[in-house]
Amino acid sequence: MMASSYTAKEEDGHITVSGPGALRSRKPENTAFKQQRLPAWQPILTAGTVLPAFFIIGLLFIPIGIGLFVTSNNIKEFEIDYTGVDASSPCFNCSQSFSWNSSRPCTCSIPFYLEQPYESNVYVYYGLSNFYQNHRRYVKSRDDSQLNGDPKSLMEPSKECEPYAFHENKPIAPCGAIANSMFNDTLELFYNDPNGTKVQILLNTTGIAWWTDKHVKFGNPGGNRTTKPINWRRPVFDLDADEGNNGFINEDFIVWMRTAALPTFRKLYRIINKKSGMVPTLPRGNYSLEVVYNYPVRSFEGRKRMILSTISWMGGKNPFLGIAYITVGSVCFFLGVVLLLIHHKCGNRNNNADISN
Amino acid sequence: MLNRRVLRVRNPLIRECMAEFLGTFVLLLFGCSAAAQVKTSRETKGQFLSVNMAFSVGVMSAMYLTKGITGAHLNPAVSLSFCVLGQVPWGRLVPYFLSQLLGAYVASGLVYLVYYDAIMEFSGGVLTVYGPNETASIFATYPSEYISLSSSFLDQVVGTGMLMLCILSLGEKRNTPAPPELIPAIVAAIVLGISMSMSANCGGAINPARDLGPRLFTLTAGWGTEVFTCYNYWFWVPLVAPLIGGVLGTFMYLIFIHWHLPDPDPPESLTPLSTISDKVLQPSTMWDNGETIPWAIAEGRRLSGDVQKEASSRRERNIATDGPSVRGCVRVCVWEAREGETERQGWDGAARGQSNLTEIGTGDPSPRPCGDAASSVKGVFRSYKEERKVRANDREYNEKFQYASNCIMTSKYNIVTFLPVNLFEQFQEVANTYFLFLLILQLIPQISSLSWFTTIVPLALVLSITAVKDATDDYFRHKSDSQVNNRQSQVLIRGLLQNEKWMNVRVGDIIKLENNQFVAADLLLLSSSEPHGLCYIETAELDGESNMKVRQSVSVTSELGDQNNLASFNGEVVCEPPNNKLDRFCGTLYWRDKKYTLSNQNMLLRGCVLRNTEACYGLVIFAGPDTKLMQNSGRTKFKRTSIDRLMNTLVLWIFGFLVCMGVILALGNAVWEREVGFLFQSYLPWDPPVDNFLFSAFLSFWSYVIILNTVVPISLYVSVEVIRLGHSYFINWDQQMFCSQCNTPAEARTTTLNEELGQVEYIFSDKTGTLTQNIMSFNKCSINGQTYDPDFCFYDDTLLEAVKVGDTHTHKFFRLLSLCHTVMSEEKSEGELLYKAQSPDEGALVTAARNFGFVFRSRTPGTITTTEMGRSVTYTLLAILDFNNIRKRMSVIVRNPEGRICLYCKGADTVLLERLHPCNQELMNITSDHLNEYAADGLRTLALAYRDLSEDEWEAWSERHRSAAKAASCREDRLAAAYEQIEQDMVVTIEDKLQEGVPETIAVLSLANIKIWVLTGDKQETAVNIGYSCKMLTDDMTEVFIISGNTVQSVRQELRRARDRMIEMSRTRDGKEEGVEGCFMGNGFREGQGDSRGGEKQLQGPPPPPSNLMDNISGEFALVINGHSLAHALEADMETEFVSTACACKAVICCRVTPLQKAQVVEMIKKHKKAVTLAIGDGANDVSMIKSAHIGVGISGQEGIQAVLASDYSFSQFRFLQRLLLVHGRWSYLRMCRFLCYFFYKNFAFTMVHFWFGFYCGFSAQTVYDQYFITLYNIVYTSLPVLAMGIFDQDVPDQRSLEYPKLYEPGQLNLLFNKREFFICIAQGIYTSVVLFFVPCAILSDATQSTGVPLADYQTFAVTTATALVIVVSVQIALDTGFWTVINHVFVWGSLGLYFSIMLALQSQTLFGIFPNQFHFVGSAQSTLLQPVVWLTIALATAICIVPVLAFRFLKVDLKPQLSDTVRYTQLVRQKKRKPAGRSVGGAWRGVGSVSESRLGARGSSRRSGYAFAHTEGFGELITSGKNMRLSSLAMATFASRHSSSWIDTLRRKKHSHTNTPPSASGESSPAPSCVSGSIPPLSNSSSVLCGSQDAPIEEETGAAPDTQTASTSSTQNPPAPAPASEADDGSAQTLNAGVLTPVALRSQGGDSPGGWTISLGAVQEALLRWKGRASASNSPVKLAE
Repeated sequence: MMASSYTAKEEDGHITVSGPGALRSRKPENTAFKQQRLPAWQPILTAGTVLPAFFIIGLLFIPIGIGLFVTSNNIKEFEIDYTGVDASSPCFNCSQSFSWNSSRPCTCSIPFYLEQPYESNVYVYYGLSNFYQNHRRYVKSRDDSQLNGDPKSLMEPSKECEPYAFHENKPIAPCGAIANSMFNDTLELFYNDPNGTKVQILLNTTGIAWWTDKHVKFGNPGGNRTTKPINWRRPVFDLDADEGNNGFINEDFIVWMRTAALPTFRKLYRIINKKSGMVPTLPRGNYSLEVVYNYPVRSFEGRKRMILSTISWMGGKNPFLGIAYITVGSVCFFLGVVLLLIHHKCGNRNNNADISN
Repeated sequence: MLNRRVLRVRNPLIRECMAEFLGTFVLLLFGCSAAAQVKTSRETKGQFLSVNMAFSVGVMSAMYLTKGITGAHLNPAVSLSFCVLGQVPWGRLVPYFLSQLLGAYVASGLVYLVYYDAIMEFSGGVLTVYGPNETASIFATYPSEYISLSSSFLDQVVGTGMLMLCILSLGEKRNTPAPPELIPAIVAAIVLGISMSMSANCGGAINPARDLGPRLFTLTAGWGTEVFTCYNYWFWVPLVAPLIGGVLGTFMYLIFIHWHLPDPDPPESLTPLSTISDKVLQPSTMWDNGETIPWAIAEGRRLSGDVQKEASSRRERNIATDGPSVRGCVRVCVWEAREGETERQGWDGAARGQSNLTEIGTGDPSPRPCGDAASSVKGVFRSYKEERKVRANDREYNEKFQYASNCIMTSKYNIVTFLPVNLFEQFQEVANTYFLFLLILQLIPQISSLSWFTTIVPLALVLSITAVKDATDDYFRHKSDSQVNNRQSQVLIRGLLQNEKWMNVRVGDIIKLENNQFVAADLLLLSSSEPHGLCYIETAELDGESNMKVRQSVSVTSELGDQNNLASFNGEVVCEPPNNKLDRFCGTLYWRDKKYTLSNQNMLLRGCVLRNTEACYGLVIFAGPDTKLMQNSGRTKFKRTSIDRLMNTLVLWIFGFLVCMGVILALGNAVWEREVGFLFQSYLPWDPPVDNFLFSAFLSFWSYVIILNTVVPISLYVSVEVIRLGHSYFINWDQQMFCSQCNTPAEARTTTLNEELGQVEYIFSDKTGTLTQNIMSFNKCSINGQTYDPDFCFYDDTLLEAVKVGDTHTHKFFRLLSLCHTVMSEEKSEGELLYKAQSPDEGALVTAARNFGFVFRSRTPGTITTTEMGRSVTYTLLAILDFNNIRKRMSVIVRNPEGRICLYCKGADTVLLERLHPCNQELMNITSDHLNEYAADGLRTLALAYRDLSEDEWEAWSERHRSAAKAASCREDRLAAAYEQIEQDMVVTIEDKLQEGVPETIAVLSLANIKIWVLTGDKQETAVNIGYSCKMLTDDMTEVFIISGNTVQSVRQELRRARDRMIEMSRTRDGKEEGVEGCFMGNGFREGQGDSRGGEKQLQGPPPPPSNLMDNISGEFALVINGHSLAHALEADMETEFVSTACACKAVICCRVTPLQKAQVVEMIKKHKKAVTLAIGDGANDVSMIKSAHIGVGISGQEGIQAVLASDYSFSQFRFLQRLLLVHGRWSYLRMCRFLCYFFYKNFAFTMVHFWFGFYCGFSAQTVYDQYFITLYNIVYTSLPVLAMGIFDQDVPDQRSLEYPKLYEPGQLNLLFNKREFFICIAQGIYTSVVLFFVPCAILSDATQSTGVPLADYQTFAVTTATALVIVVSVQIALDTGFWTVINHVFVWGSLGLYFSIMLALQSQTLFGIFPNQFHFVGSAQSTLLQPVVWLTIALATAICIVPVLAFRFLKVDLKPQLSDTVRYTQLVRQKKRKPAGRSVGGAWRGVGSVSESRLGARGSSRRSGYAFAHTEGFGELITSGKNMRLSSLAMATFASRHSSSWIDTLRRKKHSHTNTPPSASGESSPAPSCVSGSIPPLSNSSSVLCGSQDAPIEEETGAAPDTQTASTSSTQNPPAPAPASEADDGSAQTLNAGVLTPVALRSQGGDSPGGWTISLGAVQEALLRWKGRASASNSPVKLAE
């Protein structure tokens, strides 16, 4: 620093202390803070504290892990890939011929067999792979203001939405790349009764989005001088007949707009509510998945899946968590034992607290 | 009113840039306006020519406007040419260019506004570049349609070449120079010529700035990019071609003209110099900072000796240096160089502007050719030297020179300039600029991966913290400035004394000073109230010498006397310009047609205090910033710590790492975009400018640089500053470093070095005043073979008896003491005598004599009056042969009332014993034995002798003396020597007290493995003795080597011999003690300290190379080296030899060292050992050493404050050093290291998560966290706990650090933070980041909420990771913190709480409702943190992160505990047990405790003391000349009446307050040493002496202060023996106290100065000055103060 070393105080010097009252003591205050004597807790890593900690962690984690693992194993999950990569796949044709602008929807039907009955509520997910919803440009390509129902943003979408902000000089609603690439396959489930009838399973479309999303973050604006996103078939206000699930607060749309963290992800599609009584929600047997194949993923080597899953207190099937807990717990326990041994054999301090100089 | 000085811009670069900006602005405003006028009026209001003329008018105006500051380049081509010529530093080129460009741009804008309607009307609202209605050419230049690119290029080259060619010659003195005032006009004409002749092709821009600025303006104002693209991107031609052309023109000028001009007359042939100019020629240091020499003239100045050119060039420079503040009133006078009176007339003529001299000034700007004048006076000039002219009582005259006023300004800013200047300064720091750069990057939408506020918030915070600190500093500077500036002084205005503020004092004023007043400015002493125009001053503030000095006015002015005479005094002083040489002044006073030489002896410098002089009058010569005091207060050298340097290196490495990661991720991005992103385009198209994957990768690199920048946390530097500041405050607040005697607390004067205090390996200590108190007291004497050995001074009953019974020898002894000295007495009030002695020894002796009834009362030039046993006796003083360094003795010859003549002599025993009459051999032997005995006790000894002279002998001697005095002074010595065959001798000893606790401190420090070197100006014997008494040297030392060779060869030999001997000794010792080998204890202690030394590691196997061997010398050796040997040892080829020998020794003492050598020794160790050095000293002679060591410590107290001013830390007792180093230093180092480790760890853990995420998000630079989290992480969520740790952490309490000095070692070895530790931290951080990313990633990818909604969405992931991160780093800081105070708890828990509350607030619906576009994360926290899976994830991640760390640390503590761990543990155990101690175990410090036991210990009598009678040449000559003799009477009156609160009083009061309350004072002052003094039992596993509160025992112990302290206090406490029959009876205690204290006040700092002595006082200044000049040619304090 370029401080000059000169100050008036120095020029005054130490001699000019004059007058009887001037001999003020400059002794620093004797406070615990200034003398660095604040009372303090001084933890030390001793065998007495560290080793029990290891054992406690171990003993805590292992049961938790086992519990998690068991819970996870009780969850039933069924997954089916309907991308249609193989020529043998029923959706092969659809996947080959499709592009965004095709006018004629392609449908395909995939049969599958559930070996176990699904007792409680069943959640239907669609899963995409190799789809980078977490790409920076993708993530930011939205206008939350517009989605919140701000009429100004509706007409003037944010710059972030480019190049999906305007189409033919009309603002796009909803704007941005996320909305534009919204998943638009239609999945339908049919139960093939052993007696040959094909029963369509009732899929609930609501209750699949976050409460805050549906009620706070998204909102419908009034008026309509906008155009639909380029890839969409229908404008946003035609997404659903139900007015509570239409427009920006359409739950499929909200779910899609909540971008995934990883390139392989699943999103909640529908819920199959448990019927009353002892009847399982999905009994054992043959099913078929009817897909209106709209969403192209072959161009970027993506995959599409349909997942059926039940749920527990800790969410869906998640074996990793349980295993991880068991592993960490055992490692801790093991470390505790090893450290105890080492300490017992070699630790030279704690037996002798003397300091020899 | 706005003060010009306040508003003045101080940075020369900014000033110049401002000037260039304005100049170009004016130029373009004229030019473009003219173009607009011509264009829009369709040439009805002017033609092409008028544009050209307007431009040339613009050039002329701009040059007149700005030439004084930069030389008015106005053109980058010109700037470049001058850079090429070397007249402008290259660093100026770009700033100039930018300011010129900006000027042009702004001017264009203004023209556009002014002509807006016209342009709109003309162009019809369409701004075009082509076509008949084009308007672009109003601004920039455009080529004609026909011209080819190459032709236009050539056109521009030629045009600019012409310009340079023509203007370069203008300033050439040897050619046909243009008058400087006309240069702008001539240049304008040249420009006009060029534009009339060469602008048809393409507009004749010949100036890149003139062209580019307007072009940029047109681009922005609506002409579109066409202004650049038109004519096939022609725009670069006027940008590049002029630069080339300018340089070509320059070279052409050099080649064709410049090198062939006739050589000027060689300046050497000129007669002495006397061009008159003014102070501006010598810019004050504050301004003299890379000033540019203006272009046109500088060239001429460099090459020509022609007076006119010289003059004009100087004028140019004046303007250039002082900028707009100088109104151009510069007088350049040249006059004929003849001797004496002629010259005077010439000058007078010049002054009145009557004769053949040139006067240039604002009042008379018309240039007059002065070449004629020059040639008319034989063409010989006194020149080249700039001088200052001051005429007394003539403000009008003096004002012409624009001398600085007496207003000083040490502040840097004012309200207006604060913000820009401070920001400018801050952005000169690389880190800040880096973040600014990041900020700019973030504004680019394609790159921006973060919102702008993530950088700007921390940056603004950092900048504002620094700004607040700067502002506070500056505020205090303003305050102190105004305090000084508003002091009152009495100025003689029109014959009347008027009170004026200091700031209003002007050069040339006559001011009156009264006793004890500060000198307001550098004054020429005119007259004083004392006879002969003498006055006394104290210069302690200035140079640190606390003795009084005498100044004398020129005899002619000393007669002026009263105010009326002074008011009419109109002498004129011509003197040197302001400089910083404190001991030199040369000037001439012209008055009444006579000239008088002035020297430093006539000057009173600002900062001095007038003493013992009723009043004096002085003429102000230098004022304010020109005073020597201000010139000396240079900028302090900025010291950096090794941690700082390491940190900078590491930050660079981190930058490198950052770039590497950026590159990796950018490569990944390239691959991804090619393989995936390309296919993914239907969902996510590329941003518009991106057309291929490589470009995308390039952008991605910068994006990643932005988001990864947090690895170099912006808050690092600020946090480090804050922590250091905290540590500095703790040092200032430390009560145990407060000295109650001197009422001074310790002070950390710099806040940047604290942690280096924990790494010191070498201490270089001054002796006098540092180790010792330099307070002398009479201790023992041996009279006529009879030794009197009182326990305390003058308390020996036998001696008192002897005096009473009238033993003649005893009487003679004391009579001698009362007569043979140069002390001056001063009877302050009735019966209260004050002695003023040159050196403390003399004071002590005279005081002792007084206490035994021989009271020295007063003296006149011819007499000395004493009171002997109550009887007043007046001796006639015949001669004083004063002390000097060669004779080492002083004598007086007196005639007693009975008429007998007697010679009394006292001096160094070695000298005196030689001269004794051989008849008394037996007595001599006895006395010698006594001397040895005394010396062995570390006392200063001297011998006294007397001789009766017969009248004849006296006559003969005085005759010879008189004749010798006429011849040469040196012969006097010989004569005197011849006379001193002395009959009988007596010996007296004086003790130089060691400071309290010195031996203990040294012992503790050496146990801490710190090597202590004593560098002293004292003689070898003195130094060795002090070495023993402070236990640096002990009798158990294996060997003490003494190097005292006089030649290179002998020194080399001695060093080699010493080394061989050491190796040999350590070999034999190792052989003996091999059994003890390998006792490296687990707790980090090495056995073998103390008695069983020798257990040092010794290399096994084949004989290692000498250097290694030297490092492993065992045994304790000491080295004593003499000043002259040191000179040889410090030579380049000897250095390594010396270092290797000296560093193998436990203790090194260098005696007879000059200040420069002190610094050299320090530098040498710094260079060869790469160790941290600390220098401690108290006097001005230590300044060099203090400045060159890593850490400088000043002892504040006795001597002046020079050392303190230069130091980094100051306190008043040497013993505080152990606390400073072992407690504060150690803690600071520890805290800083822990802080840094953690800081890097947490930022890597934080940032690297982005890196891993990059692999999953297509390398798109998507951040993992919310942007607000990124913004706040470093400044809110994690900053406070680590700050608290960095400020408050303690591993062991302070008492333990002092008890176990070995705890200090890790710092010296730099174990706690080095590159290895850094990598460990980084690795840990990266590990944490891996865990923090992949654990949530693995768990969340499949997990769902309990409602079935997947958890794998981005926002949930972000919240989970961020929460886990905050928790992990909080747990980690909790682990790192070893000392949990309330503050730590509050900060750690508070930070966590803050995190959750801020997060919830930011993600709340309320905020989203207001700014839906800013808070995307609405609801995330709520819905995420309610999920058990998320918490399970966080717990798992935390466990995985922390468990290994915990295990590792436990293992380290358990298996290889550091000493600090052990100490901590012991304490814990003891706290738990709380049982009474059964046994105590001896510790290392035990030995220390016994150190103070006896000073009279069993030291061999082998050391013969040759203790010098250490004082400086006294007032001898002054006394005999009688000049000062009014002093006593006058001073008596003065002191008695008005100035009762004089400085002596003050000191006395201090002392009294101390003596009155000694118990409390001692009790408070030294708990620290007491814990090492042996009174506390050591730590042991079962001991519980310290088990209660850690502090309690210490408090108890302080009651029983160490021996030395008791002794010292009691010695002051005990009332002295009743002075028998003394007139001092009435109030003896007080008088005696005053007597004892006098030497303190008057103590000279001479003891250690170059030759052991410095000048003090006396009328022998001339000789002494010469001597001092010689001695200090390279090392005087003055030089060092520079």
